[in-house]
Amino acid sequence: MRLGRYVPVLIAAAAAVGLQQALAWREATHYLTQITMAAYYALVVIGLCLLMGYAGQVSLGHAGFFAIGGYTSAVLTTYNLMAWRDTPLIAAGRRLGLVLQRQDLYGADILSFSPWVALLIALLAAALIAVLIGLPILRLRGHYLAMATLGFGLIIDRIVLGTPLFGQADGISNVPPFGLFAGLEVNGRAMFRVSNYYIATALVLGAMVLAINLVHSRVGRALRSIHQNEEAAHSLGIDIYRYKLAVFVLSAVLAAAGGVFLTHYNASIGPSEATVMKSVRYVAIVAIGGMANLWGALVMGVVLNFLSLRGVFGTYDDAVFGLILVAIMVLAPEGLLRPSTWRRMMSQVRQTMSRRDFRKPAPSPAAPPPVEAKVHRE
Amino acid sequence: MIQFGLSGITHGSVYAIVAIGFNIIYNTTGIINFAQGEFVILGAMIAITLAGVLPLPAAIALAVAATMLLGGLLELVFIRPVRHAPVLRLIVITIGLSILMREGMLHVWDEKVRALPVFTGTDTSTVTIAGAHISTQALWVLGACGVIVAALTLFFRRTTTGRAMRACADDRMAARLCGIPERWMVTLSFVLSAGIGALAGCVISPITQTQYDMGSSLAIKGFTVAVLGGLGNSMAAVAAGLLLGLLEVFTISQLPVAYEEAVSIVVLLLVLVCRPTGLFARPAAGAARAA
Amino acid sequence: MASRWANLLCTALAAMLIPASAVLAAAASQPAASQPAVSGGGASAPIKVGAIFAITGPSANLGLPESRTAEMLVETINAAGGVNGRPIQLLMKDSGGDAAKAQALASQFIDEEHVLAIIGPSTSGETMRIKNLCQENKTLLLSCAAAETIVNPLASYVFKVPPRDADAVRLIYMTMKDHGISRIGIISSSDGYGGAGKGQLEKIAGESGMTVAISEVYDKGETDLTGVLTKVKGANVQAVVNWSALPSQSQVAKNMKQIGLDVPLYQSMGFGNVKYVQAAGESANGTLFPCGRLLVAEILPKDHPQKAVLMAYKTEYESRYKDNVSTFGGHAYDALLILTEAIKKAGGADPEKVREAIENIKGHAGTAGIFNFSDKDHCGLTIDGFEMLTVRDGKIAILAQPAAMKAMTPASAPATMKSMAPAAAPAAKAK
Repeated sequence: MRLGRYVPVLIAAAAAVGLQQALAWREATHYLTQITMAAYYALVVIGLCLLMGYAGQVSLGHAGFFAIGGYTSAVLTTYNLMAWRDTPLIAAGRRLGLVLQRQDLYGADILSFSPWVALLIALLAAALIAVLIGLPILRLRGHYLAMATLGFGLIIDRIVLGTPLFGQADGISNVPPFGLFAGLEVNGRAMFRVSNYYIATALVLGAMVLAINLVHSRVGRALRSIHQNEEAAHSLGIDIYRYKLAVFVLSAVLAAAGGVFLTHYNASIGPSEATVMKSVRYVAIVAIGGMANLWGALVMGVVLNFLSLRGVFGTYDDAVFGLILVAIMVLAPEGLLRPSTWRRMMSQVRQTMSRRDFRKPAPSPAAPPPVEAKVHRE
Repeated sequence: MIQFGLSGITHGSVYAIVAIGFNIIYNTTGIINFAQGEFVILGAMIAITLAGVLPLPAAIALAVAATMLLGGLLELVFIRPVRHAPVLRLIVITIGLSILMREGMLHVWDEKVRALPVFTGTDTSTVTIAGAHISTQALWVLGACGVIVAALTLFFRRTTTGRAMRACADDRMAARLCGIPERWMVTLSFVLSAGIGALAGCVISPITQTQYDMGSSLAIKGFTVAVLGGLGNSMAAVAAGLLLGLLEVFTISQLPVAYEEAVSIVVLLLVLVCRPTGLFARPAAGAARAA
Repeated sequence: MASRWANLLCTALAAMLIPASAVLAAAASQPAASQPAVSGGGASAPIKVGAIFAITGPSANLGLPESRTAEMLVETINAAGGVNGRPIQLLMKDSGGDAAKAQALASQFIDEEHVLAIIGPSTSGETMRIKNLCQENKTLLLSCAAAETIVNPLASYVFKVPPRDADAVRLIYMTMKDHGISRIGIISSSDGYGGAGKGQLEKIAGESGMTVAISEVYDKGETDLTGVLTKVKGANVQAVVNWSALPSQSQVAKNMKQIGLDVPLYQSMGFGNVKYVQAAGESANGTLFPCGRLLVAEILPKDHPQKAVLMAYKTEYESRYKDNVSTFGGHAYDALLILTEAIKKAGGADPEKVREAIENIKGHAGTAGIFNFSDKDHCGLTIDGFEMLTVRDGKIAILAQPAAMKAMTPASAPATMKSMAPAAAPAAKAK
C-alpha cells in the first residue's frame, strides 16, 4: 500500500523510456529538445500545483522564482573572476573545484563558479526570498494574495530589466553546460540530446516523488484541512501559516531549480522568463491539469509547453492560454484529466439548462472539494 | 517643483479614473476584475475607430455603449455560471478574460499605437499655473473623475437600483430574500464598470495614447490606487490616485527614473500587508464600502 | 480506497499516453528520415529559409512589419522564378519576443528542417541566444536586430543588416556640433533598444566633445513623460536625445512643449515610422533623427543608388498591406535580398559558399544603405547609410549633412552621394 503510491512514477518512467524509443525508431529524436525544455518548465508547475491545488494559495509570481534561479546561476557561472584569480579565496576555490576555468567560443579565458556552487546558491536564494516574501503576504487571502504575488513578480521583472549585471533586455548568454557526474552534463547541444532527456525526466520524476510524499505526509493532511476550511484547521491547532509558508518555499525552490537547469540547457536566460504572462501561463497549466492533481499538472505542463515551444499556436500563443484559463475554470474546474470532470461537466450543462444554478454540484469522491477561500470582507 | 506637482497630478488623474472602475464590480460582487484594464483600452480603441467617421462626442458615446454591452455579455457567459465559485476560480477567470480580450484586440486592430485627438485646444495647449504647465487634457480627466464620482454617489445613495446593488454587496442572501434580483445586479455592475472603463479610456487616450497591450499595466496601477483608497470607495480612489501620481513624480525627481514603476508596487505591497482596508478607511471598515 | 486507486492509475496512464500520442502523431506527419534538403536536393528543390520574428508581444512593432515584408518578398521572388531556378521556401514562426522560444524555434529549423539560413530574430536579446547555435551548426543567421555584440566578436556565419547604433549617435553628435550644442540630456527606454543606444550615446559623447548632463531610463510601458522631462529640464540642457523604438517617442515632443522645455529634440532611427510622426502631431515639427532613406524615398534624387530599391519596396508594401512602411520591415527586406543575392553568386545553396558570397557583397543597395560586407565586417553599413531627417510642417525632410561628415564624404561615400539635394537650413535651431 505504502509503495503503491509510487506505481504511477514507475509507469511514467516506463512511458518516458517508451517515448524516447519510439522517437528513435521514427528517427525523430529532435523532438526531445523541446520535450526537455518543457520538462524543466514542468518543475515550476509541480511546485505551483502543490501551492495552488493542495494549499489553496494562488501565486501570480512564480516566473519570478524561476528567474531568480536561472539568473543567479547564469551570473555565477558567467561572471569572469579572472581579475581575482590569485586572491587566496579564489585560489582555494579552484583547488576545491568550486571555481572552474574554461575557454569561450572565441578563445577568451573565463574563470567562474562551478555550476554546483551556483545551483546551491540559486536554490538558497530562492528559498530565502520566498521566506521573506511569504512571511508578510501569505497572511493575505484571495484577491489580495493574488495581487501581492503579482507585485512580487513585477518587481523581479523590473530588476532583471533594469540591472546591467543581469544583461537588462538582452539577458545573459554563453552560460556553460552543467557537468553533473560520470560524464553526464546538462547541455543543449544536439549530441547530448538523449542523455539530457533522461536527466530532465529523472529530475521531474524526482520532484514528483517528493511532491507525492509531501501530499501523503502529515503536512499533506494539514494542507488538505487548510484547503477545506482554514478556520476549522486553525481551531484544531494546525499552524496553518507555517504550513502555507513551507509549501510556498518548496514551490519556489522547485521553480528555481527549473530555472537553473533550463538556463544551463539553453546556455542562456532572458527577461522574458520573468514576465507576468509566464506566471499566468503556469497558473493556466495547473488549472487545466486540475488544481489538486499532480499528474495532471505534470502532463499538461509538458504537453502545452512542448506545443508552445514548437510554435504550434502561431500568433495565438497567449490567446490559447487565455482561452484555456477561461474555459477550464468555467466548465471543468477540476481539470481535464479526471473522470469526475466529465460527469461534472455533464451535470453543469444540465444545470445551466435548467437554470437552477444556486444548487452546488456534489463534490466528487475522488477530488477534495474546491477551494473555499473566502471573499475578503471586514 | 510645481512642475513636478502638476506632472504628478496628470499621472494621478489617469490612475484614479481607472481605479474607479474596479470599485463598482467589487462593491456588488466582491470580485476584482482583472480585465478592467482591457475595458479601458477597448473603449478607447472603438472610439478611435469611430472617430474617423463620427464627431468625437458621438464616437465616445457609442464606444462606451458598445463596451458596456460587451461587459454585460462577458458576465452572462463567463461569470454567471460560476458565480458561487471560490475566489481563486473567479480570479483566474478574469485573468483569462483579460488575456483573451488583449489578444482579441491585437488581431482585430493591430499592434500600432493610436490616440484620440485632444478634446479642446491643440496637442500642446497647456494651462499655466505659477509658471508651471499642465495639459488641458489632464483637466478633462480630472473633470471626468469628478463627474463620475458624483454620479456614482448619487446613483448608489439615491436610486432604488443603486441601493439594491449595495444591499447585494453587504449580504447577497438577504438581498435575495428582500426580492432584489441579485443576479441582474451583478450583471449591471459589470455593465457599469465596463462603461466607466471605456469612458476612462477615451478621456486618457490623448495623454497616454492607446495600444492593445496597455491594459494590464493600467490595471495594476488602477488596482494599487483602488486598494490604497480602500476597495469600493470611489471618492477615496481619486484622492489615492493623485497621491500615487505625486509620490511617483517626487520619487523620480530624487532617484533614477527607472525606479518609478517600483514605487507603486512597493506602495501596493505595503498597503496590502499593513493596511488592507486602505488609507482612508475608518476603523470600522465596513463603512468604506459605500461608494 | 479502491476507487481512488483506479482513478489515480487511470490518470497516470492517460497522463503518459497523451503526450506520447501527441508527439508520435506529430512525428508521423513528418517525413520519417529527414534528408538534408540544403546541399542535396534536386536542381529545382526549394531552398529552405527559416524566419523568426516577434510578430506578437511587446516587440510586435518590429516583428509584424518584418513578417509581412518577408512573406511579400518571398512571393515576389518565387513568382519571378525563384533563385537559380529554385523557389524559396519560407518557414516563418512567431517568437512573441520570448528568447527561450526563439531558441527552441531556431533549433527546430536547424535540426529538423535543415534550413540554409535564418532571417531575424527581431530583437538583440533573441539574436544573442541563437548566435552560437547557428555558428556551431553552420547555419547562416541574418539578424534584423541592431546590437553591436551580434557581429562583434565576429562569428563567421552571423550577419546583421540594421545599421550601427554608434554611427547614428556619431551623426547626431556631428549635427549638434554644427548647431553649437554641447550639453545634452539623454532619455532612453528600459528595453534592449534603449539600453544599446544609451550605452553608445554615453560612450561616444566624450570623443565628440559632448557633455551628458543627465541620462535617465524610463519604463517601456510609460505613457506620460512629463515627469522625466521635468527632471531633464532641471539639468539645463541644450538638447534632448530620446532613444527608444516605442510608441512613447511621439509623446516626447508633445510633453516637452507642454512643460515648456524649448530645446531641440533628437530621436533615434526608431522614430522612422510615419505613424509616429503623425501621432506626435504638430509638436513633432523640428524633431531631428538619423535614419535610413526609406521614409524619404520619394524626395531622393532620381540618380541616388538606393532610389530604385526603396521605391520598389515602399510601393509594393504599402499597396499590399494598406499601411506605411517602417525601417524595421526594411531590415527583413534587406536580409532576404542579401541572402538571395549571395545564393545567386554562390551558384547554389551550400552554406559555406553562400557565407563567402555574402562576405564578398559590395555596393549592394538595400533599404538601410549601401552594403559592403567583408570577412571582418558582417554589418556592411557605414555612417553613410544614415541621413539626418527632420519634420517640417508634418512632413519628413532631409537635413543638410553635418560639416564633419561632408569632410569625410569624398573618400568613403559613392560619388552619387555628393549630388544629393542639399536641404534647407536646419529647422530646429535652438530658440
